[in-house]
Amino acid sequence: MDKEAIKDKVIDIIAQQLGRDKEGITGNQDIANDLGADSLDVAELMITFEEEFSIDIEEDNAQSITTVDDVVEQIYSLLNN
Amino acid sequence: MKKRVVVTGYGLVTPLGYDTETVWKRLIEGQSGIVLAQGLDEYPFASKIAGQCCDFSPEPYVERKDIKKIERFAQFSLVSGIRAVEASGIDFSKENTQRCVVIIGCGVGGLGEIERQDEKLAKRGPKLVSPFTIPKIMPNAAASHLATRFGIHGSAYSVSTACASANNAIIEAYKAIADGYAEVALTGGTEAAVSKLGVSGFGAMKALSTRNDEPEKASRPFDADRDGFVLGEGAGTLVLEELEHARKRGATILGEVVGYGATCDAAHITQPDEGGVYAGLALKETLRSAGLNPEQVDYINAHGTATLLGDVAETNAIKYALADTSRSVAISSTKSAIGHLLGGSGGVELIFSLLAIRDNVVPPTLNLENPDPRCDLDFTPLVAKERRIDVAVSSSFGFGGHNACVAVARFKD
Repeated sequence: MDKEAIKDKVIDIIAQQLGRDKEGITGNQDIANDLGADSLDVAELMITFEEEFSIDIEEDNAQSITTVDDVVEQIYSLLNN
Repeated sequence: MKKRVVVTGYGLVTPLGYDTETVWKRLIEGQSGIVLAQGLDEYPFASKIAGQCCDFSPEPYVERKDIKKIERFAQFSLVSGIRAVEASGIDFSKENTQRCVVIIGCGVGGLGEIERQDEKLAKRGPKLVSPFTIPKIMPNAAASHLATRFGIHGSAYSVSTACASANNAIIEAYKAIADGYAEVALTGGTEAAVSKLGVSGFGAMKALSTRNDEPEKASRPFDADRDGFVLGEGAGTLVLEELEHARKRGATILGEVVGYGATCDAAHITQPDEGGVYAGLALKETLRSAGLNPEQVDYINAHGTATLLGDVAETNAIKYALADTSRSVAISSTKSAIGHLLGGSGGVELIFSLLAIRDNVVPPTLNLENPDPRCDLDFTPLVAKERRIDVAVSSSFGFGGHNACVAVARFKD
């Protein structure tokens, strides 16, 4: 899966969960500050990413994720290791 | 000096619909909301029927992004509460919101979400259990979401006394206003326990009707051929208000809460006392606190779940409390049409009692074709009847031995 495909899917998931239009979501946006996710939303998003991409995001790595692109990078590296 | 407490709004979510007038019309026409339950085909449950809110949607009252964070029972309560507030015309931005309270009854909380997350836990381990699990399943979520919606900063909490939850909640709300601790209360009850565990658990107790081939005939309170209750779901929420407060803002007054009685059998965790003594005492205390003589009670919305023991116990309780006049009071069980909403039942049934007063009509007990000889009072079989109703009492008796009754009256200056 290439980065563009991952990004599309990530944006779909975020849009769905936060009730936003996916057209308004860009890679450099901060999931909490720009997209309005609270701590529970972020935790739920991580679970959804893990389920949808069949990956396991380590707690330490999850802590360092702030933007949409951070998520894409994290998933890309997990899928290609 | 106690304050007078009036009702200025109510809202319903029931198996007969989600709009008060539609629900009431269908109830009086004798329609049933009991169906072959959806979502229960995974296991061979003995009882496959329920009073289900099949096409319920919390939209447009709840934003799409919030819907999955709010469990079904709290959605019911939120939607019925918003409708109640709309009907009352109250604007909380103009209220001293620390003098407003939210007290909502709920018997079991988010049973469906417990099942979904437990399934995830069993299959995938703790890491995939949702962070929304606890805020979804906690019974107080219903009160919290309503308080949040309207910015109500007085006490907000849930009351849990199984099937008596809503009446106990309404009693607490009534007391808060009558005793001068609050001016406005959102109160009532909610439940959404038509779930795998709900049906299994009540089924294991042999408490549920298994008349699966005739869903509409299954809920038969006081009938000799009854075989248990039919699980229902939904919510009824009311706006209670201190009389002068309601007058000042020019509110339409829909009725007055005039008294209550609550007792506990203190005998068995599920089995009612067949003599109905403590249920009868709750009824008696309701009349005493309301300053009513037995002959002044025109209508009793019975608990009437259609369990073998419960209906007999309730009949005895009414005879005990009303003595000679028990034969002249009109009684009915609206659970015959919508099933047993557990913690939601008292809220819905108090609203039905207020509507009975408004329209001077007694809703029917459906399916009461062959009365149990031990249930020999006027249970309004099959069809609604017109009757002058100025005072109605709504009874709820819950597992745990909780007995809670509330009296409402036509408002008179």
